[in-house]
This record gives sequence, structure tokens and C-alpha cells, in this order.
Amino acid sequence: MDPMEAIKQTYFQECEELLLAMEEGLLAMDAGEADDETINAVFRAVHSIKGGGGAFGFEALVAFAHIFETVLDHVRSGKLAPTGPVVNVLLRAGDLISDHVAAVREGRVLQAEHEQNLKAELEALTGEESASDEDSAPADFEGLDFTPMQICVDLDEPKAAGGWVVRFKPHAALYAKANEPFLLLRELAQLGETVVETDLSALPALDVIEPDQAYFAWTITLHGDIAKEKVEEVFDFVVGDCDLSVEPLSSPTPAVVEPIAADVAEVPSIATQPANAEKKEGPATSDAAKQTIRVDLDKVDRLVNLVGELVITQAMLSQRVLECKIPNASSIGDGLSELEHLLRELQESVMAIRTQPVKSVFQRMPRLVRELAAQTNKKVRLVVEGEATEVDKTVIERLGEPLTHMIRNAVDHGLETPEDRIAAGKPEEGTVTLSAEHRGGRIFIEVSDDGRGINRPRVREKAVERGLISAAAPMSDEEIDNLIFMPGFSTASQVSNISGRGVGMDVVRRNIVDLGGRISIGSVPKQGSKFSLTLPLTLAVLDGMIVGVGDQTFVLPLAHIVESLKPQKQDIQPFGRNGALLNVRGAYVPLVDTAELLGVQRRKSNETGVVILVESQGTGRLALVVDEILGQHQVVIKSFEGNYRHIDGIAAATILGDGRVALILDVDGLVTNCRNRLASNETLATGT
Amino acid sequence: MDDKQIVHAESRRQFITFRSSEQEFGADIMSIREIRGWTPTTQLPHSADYVLGVINLRGVVLPVIDLNARLGRARTEANPKHVIVVVKAADRTIGLLVDAVSDILTVTTADIQPTPELARDDQSEFIEGIAVLDSRMVTILSMERLTASLVAAQNALAA
Amino acid sequence: MSKVILTVDDSKTMRDMLKLALGADGHTVIQADDGVNGVEALRSAGDVDVIITDINMPRMDGFGFIDQVRRDPQRRGVPILVLTTETEPAKRQRARDAGATGWIVKPFDPVKLLAAVRRVSP
Repeated sequence: MDPMEAIKQTYFQECEELLLAMEEGLLAMDAGEADDETINAVFRAVHSIKGGGGAFGFEALVAFAHIFETVLDHVRSGKLAPTGPVVNVLLRAGDLISDHVAAVREGRVLQAEHEQNLKAELEALTGEESASDEDSAPADFEGLDFTPMQICVDLDEPKAAGGWVVRFKPHAALYAKANEPFLLLRELAQLGETVVETDLSALPALDVIEPDQAYFAWTITLHGDIAKEKVEEVFDFVVGDCDLSVEPLSSPTPAVVEPIAADVAEVPSIATQPANAEKKEGPATSDAAKQTIRVDLDKVDRLVNLVGELVITQAMLSQRVLECKIPNASSIGDGLSELEHLLRELQESVMAIRTQPVKSVFQRMPRLVRELAAQTNKKVRLVVEGEATEVDKTVIERLGEPLTHMIRNAVDHGLETPEDRIAAGKPEEGTVTLSAEHRGGRIFIEVSDDGRGINRPRVREKAVERGLISAAAPMSDEEIDNLIFMPGFSTASQVSNISGRGVGMDVVRRNIVDLGGRISIGSVPKQGSKFSLTLPLTLAVLDGMIVGVGDQTFVLPLAHIVESLKPQKQDIQPFGRNGALLNVRGAYVPLVDTAELLGVQRRKSNETGVVILVESQGTGRLALVVDEILGQHQVVIKSFEGNYRHIDGIAAATILGDGRVALILDVDGLVTNCRNRLASNETLATGT
Repeated sequence: MDDKQIVHAESRRQFITFRSSEQEFGADIMSIREIRGWTPTTQLPHSADYVLGVINLRGVVLPVIDLNARLGRARTEANPKHVIVVVKAADRTIGLLVDAVSDILTVTTADIQPTPELARDDQSEFIEGIAVLDSRMVTILSMERLTASLVAAQNALAA
Repeated sequence: MSKVILTVDDSKTMRDMLKLALGADGHTVIQADDGVNGVEALRSAGDVDVIITDINMPRMDGFGFIDQVRRDPQRRGVPILVLTTETEPAKRQRARDAGATGWIVKPFDPVKLLAAVRRVSP
């Protein structure tokens, strides 16, 4: 890749991080919790975005960033107080600069009708029209502005035939700043022929010389047809730290060496340095504590795959050893145990590399809520909790869309208008809460609102209308609430602009289920609703029980297994048309023949086989009949849906020790499926 | 007119040809990933009869389709003499079970004829055309349509 | 002549661009992403011929960094160029007061960057 292209990619990556930091800082300012460092961070973020943008010629971006940056500069220097209305403008400016970055990244021109107005609002805050940031604050010396061209001689022509006479006398400060007269003389010499005369008159005796004092002066005669600017340019860096005069060579009157009167700023400003340095040192802790490196995702993925292969190979090895009848207690057996143990640790560490805090997904929500609130004319406050909860990167990537839909749902359908809320005795501002936490080896996410709750009669009515349920079927409140996950369901009488674009909650549920998760909704009328969803922490490995069903091998996720039993004939009760129930210590659980369910030929159809009691969170238990239990170990999850398609009842696949593919059963799907079947059996059995 | 001048680089296409129950088929060489010997497949529950199952291809779970069955002909009794052609098209990688692989064919677009009207049946959605060279007739298959059509390959859990 | 140049800037984009431009002229580039790390880099580096630093950085900004360098007996003679934008002459002055040798305007022109480096370092 062309190096500039690579740097451009770096720039865009950096912008992502900077925009996040900016948004975080602005939100803190909005909550009144911003300290100096936060405000500085916001300023720096916009400043850096502008800087990089300038290098690539993104003019519109730079133009807007400059105005934004100016306002932020005023805030950080205390000239502008970050009051509510001010922060409001800043938040919107943040959104717009985000849009600018997105536009240049995608190579398109940004069409933002509100940009002109926003610019005007920003400029109004600083009381200047695209002005330079040179207001003088009395406390520091920033206000001193001087231009480098200090030469005060009057009747010179810019170009004198023949050349120039340069008189140059450095002050101590020049040396203190590591400027080297020798280098300057060398640069002059490159402009033309020079004759240099050193003036040593100020040089004291050797024993009195102080190393950082200036004692030398030079007169340089420069021959040639050279522009005065070029001569003066050489001294750009040292103006103010020297006495300098540039006279035309042919000038009859000897030039008077005129000292440049601009050293004023030297001494006093140094005193202000320590104070500033200290201020910046303060909130360093969180950054200093954690050292991070950036790694290409490809490298991490390769590492994860390799470790996965290692696990499979180790399983194969264990298998071979078993087949060779080598006892576990031998040195080989010990070695293998140790290997398995180490590999497990390795795998956990590698999986941990891929985990990230959900913050990256949660951070997009405040802006979404802002926009939704504006679109629906409602007042909404978003509370976010548990941003630091860590999940595998692949889960995070696919979390965004479902979360967005749930939040849209909450604001659009859940929350009432400010007037309605006041009428209901609620605060005008609705609250949407987004939280994440680890629970029972999974990640648990909730999106709740304090709105009107689910309109159960209406939902039920719609479901009956669409033939999704029968009018007579008795349903619990919870079951009615969860009807919204059925395909094609939307109770909005007008499909609203925001939520109703054909992507219903059924798609959301499908996305979550595809990730190995579950989602449900609960609601209290007039008080609010709550989406609860759980997801596995990592998509890559699974502790599984290997079972034989007929001539096939399947894997059951250990997380869903309650126990395994060998039932007696008397524990089995026929039920409904052709179902059966298993008596498990007094509780009756639906008994399912796994072979029949999956269309596999069972080996011994007369025997009762082994029963694995499985549980699906929240939906109930099932007794799965299998032929035998083959073992229990960790398997690497391999998806096949990318190359094939989803199969009901099957979550994914894995590769066993012998190299063959085994399918991993989707317990949640199986339980739901069986429940539905039983329910229809029931209604058929009892129905009229 | 010089025939050679009319043939431009773009109009030449290369195909890998393979045999399946006495018919010869061709697939665009760009879509062929590799050719493997047969391995026993793991059955997929409630799948269409042309879906043989899945195999382990160096850590990737690969679905394998019986080409004959997919084209509406008799199901193949898979055995170690068969060959699995691994193809990648329409963002999917799948395996096709065939009898044997023949050779690489280079044809110009002029050599490919559209499928004759009378010969069309439901399976012809996968056929791009027929390449005729000397006395050889090769049915050109569209790998994209084959892989994309897998969506229909699954029935719901037994009701 | 190839020099060792320390670049201090919190923007990776800027660091990469400086490295590209300076590297093209045969110089060796050491990088740091803020003033604190810049000081640290100076502690552990061998010869450093030129320092190029940004002004706005977290933890320790350009002014603080320059001040630190000028207090270090070993490094006080190293020329320091500050990166500054067109519209901040006041900042430029302040940097010089802190001890900066010269400046480079950003977005920088690679030619001017190299010329500035040549001007301040043998």
C-alpha cells in the first residue's frame, strides 16, 4: 500500500478513537462532571482531527473543526463557561464533526443543511467571526503577538544589486535555545558568496568567560543577486534573541545596527511553565496504569484459530493414547493431563485477548437517543451501566443492531410524550436504562424504560388478527408480552418512521438466538417495559457432553445440562397424542426421543436408553433420550451457517478427536420447539 | 476477416470439467478451491436428499452436496472412489460430490451455447449453457446459483 | 547526513507522517506519544540530534516537555522544533520562551520540515 494511504487509514482509525474521547468528554460536561483535563481532552481530540485532516486536504472538515476548536479553546481557557445551552451546541457540533469524518472516510461530500446554522451558533459563542485565537489574557503572556519581520530599516530596496551586509549579534537566549550561529552562517553561505568577519571585542579573559553567555558578533558580506526575504528567512528562528540588521551592499550610508525590540516575553513566561506542567500531570493515573498495544485483528484471529486447532489435536492425541490402552497414571498419561491443563489456560488467555468492554457498542447509544428524542419530540434521558463488562469481540460486533432496535422501541413505543407523562404524574423526562453485567457465565443485558408498558389487550388482539394465536388460548401476561417477537408483528397503528421499517423484533430475536443467546420482554402497565437478553461470553468454545444417538455423535452444551439418568419404564407416562412425560422425582418433564427429533436411526429402539435432562433458561426442561454418553470435554465451536444455512435444533458444529464433524445441539431451540408441539398436541387433544 | 483478431482476452473462459453419472459438467475455474478425495460425511438432520452432510476440511465445516441428486438425477452411493470438488461462490464454500474430475477446458464465449428450449427443466436454473468442442458436450454450471440455492435445502424439525 | 530525531506527538497520524518524511531523507526516527514518554525516551536513547514536538498533548504538553529538556544537563543543547498551526503565533512565542529552537507549521510541507531540521542541526 502506498505509505500515504496507510497513514490515511491510521488517521481514520485515530479519528474513531478521538471521536469517542470527544463524545465521552462532552457527555461528562453535559452532566456537569467535567474537570479541566476532560475539557482539554475534548479540545485535543478536535484539534488532532483538524490537524490530520489538514494534511490530507479535507477542507470542509478542517473549516468546521477550526470553528469548533476555537470554541473549545475558549472553554478550556475559562473564557466561556460550559453551561447547559453551551454544551448543547457543543454536543451537536460533535455530532457534525463525526459526520464530516464519516463523509471523508466514505469519499463523499457531506450534505448538512444545519451546518451553516451550527457554525453561526458556534461563532456567536466566541463573539468572533472565524477569528484567530489571539485574545490576550492578562495572566499569561499568550497575547503577545509579533511577526518575524522586524527589520526596521526604511529605504531599502528588496533586492540590492551586489548583495547584503548582515550584522548579527546573538544574545545568550539564542544559545539557550540550542540555536547555532555556525549553522546559520552556513545556511547564509548557501545563498551566495560570503565573507565573514568575526567581532571578538566582547570576549572577556578566559577565566571570566561564562559558558552560557554570548560574546561573539559577526559581519557577513553576502555577494549575489539575492532577495532580502531569503536572507531574513535564515534568521526566522532567532529573531528576538539577537541583534540583526540586513543592509544592502551598495548602500552609501553605513547601516546602524538596531536591536530588535521584542525580547519582552523571555523571562516572565518561564515562570508560568511549572504551573502548567503540574496541572497536566495530575489525571495521568488511569493511562499510566494500563499499557496497551494495538494488534491487527487478523493476527488475533489466526492465533485463536491456531489455539483451536491445538485443542482439537490434543483431543485426537488423547484419543489415540486411549486406543493404545496406555493407562492414565503413566508418564504419558500425566503428560497429556498437563498438556490439556495448559491448553485450557492458553485458550482462556487467548479468548481474553478478544474480549472487549461493551462500552464500544454502548457509546453509540447516547447519540441515538438524542436523535430519537428530537425526532419524536420527547424528552429522554439515557442511563448506562456496566459499560466495562467484557465480551468477545464477535459478540460485540453483532450486538449493535439488536440494541439499536430495542432502544428505538423503547423511545418510540415505550415512552409517552412529555404531556402524557405529566398527565400520568410522571416526570416529563423519560428514562431509558441500558445495563450489562456478567451473570452465571454469560453476559446479561437489559434495556428498560419507564414508559407506558406493553398494551396487552392490543397485542393479543393483533396476534389473533394475524392468526398467530387462537382467540381461546389462555395466555399468561408474560406470554402475551413475548408475542411481540413473532414475525410481522407491529402494534404501531401507523408504522412510524423510526421503528417500523420492516425490521421487527422477530429479526432482533433471531440475531440474538443466532449468537447463542436469549431475549425476552417483561412489562408493568403504565410503569414501563424491560428487554432482558443473555449472550454467551464467547462464541468460540464450549464445554460439551458428547452423546451417541443412533450411529451419530452429537454434542450437548454442559451449561444446559441438569443431570443424566437411566429411567425405569414405570417413570415414563404417555401423554397427548404421541408424547410422553418422564417422572423426575415428582416433577413431570416432557420426554423427547432425540433420534426421532433429528431424523436419525436409533440403534436400540426397545431400550429406554439414557436420558439427559436439559434446561433452557426461563423456558423449561426437557428429557432427551440418547443411546449413550461418550464423554465430556471442551470443544471448539465451528459455524457452518455461513456456508450452509440455519438448521433448527442445531447450534453449530465441532470437530471431534477423530477428525469427524459432530453437530452441537441447540437446547433452547429444542425446548421451544417441543413446547410448541406439546401445546398443539394438547389443544388437539382437548380442543373442540 | 481474421478470426484470431476478434477473439479478445476477456471472452476466453477456463473451466474445470468433471463427470457425474455419464454427464460432463464444467465449472468456472475461478470458483474452484480444491479437489479432495471422498470422506465420510456427518449427516445433517432433516436436510434435503441432495445434502450429504458436512465434512471437516482442515478445521472448516464444509457442507457436501450430491451433484447428481441436486440436478434431479438419482442419488449417488458415495464411496471412496468419488471426488469432492470444493467450490467457493456467492460467499459460501461448499463441496460437490462427483464421480471424477477430467481436465481444464479453455473456451471462448462463442463456443458456449444457451441450453436448448426443449431440454429445460427445473434443474436448468443451474445451467449456464452448453460448451461444444469437437464431439464433446460439457454442461456449464453456475456455481453461484448452486451455492445460493442451499437456503431451500432444509426442512423444519419434524412436526 | 543521517540524524537521530525524536518526534513527540499524541497523534499517530502525525507521527507516521513525520516518520515518512524524515525517513525518506535517511534519518532515524524515535517516537513518543506525549511529553512524559518523550522525557522517558530521552533518558534511554543514545544520541539524539533533533527533537520535534507537538504542543497539545495529554499528561505533559509541549511547553512542559521543552522545559524539561532544557533543564536536563545532557540534552539541553539539543535543538527542538515545535509543530504549530498557522493561526497560533502566540503559542509559537510561548514555545520559544520555553526554549524551543524553531518551529514547523502544520500541516507540514516535507521540504520545509527537512530544511528546518538542516537549519538547526549540523
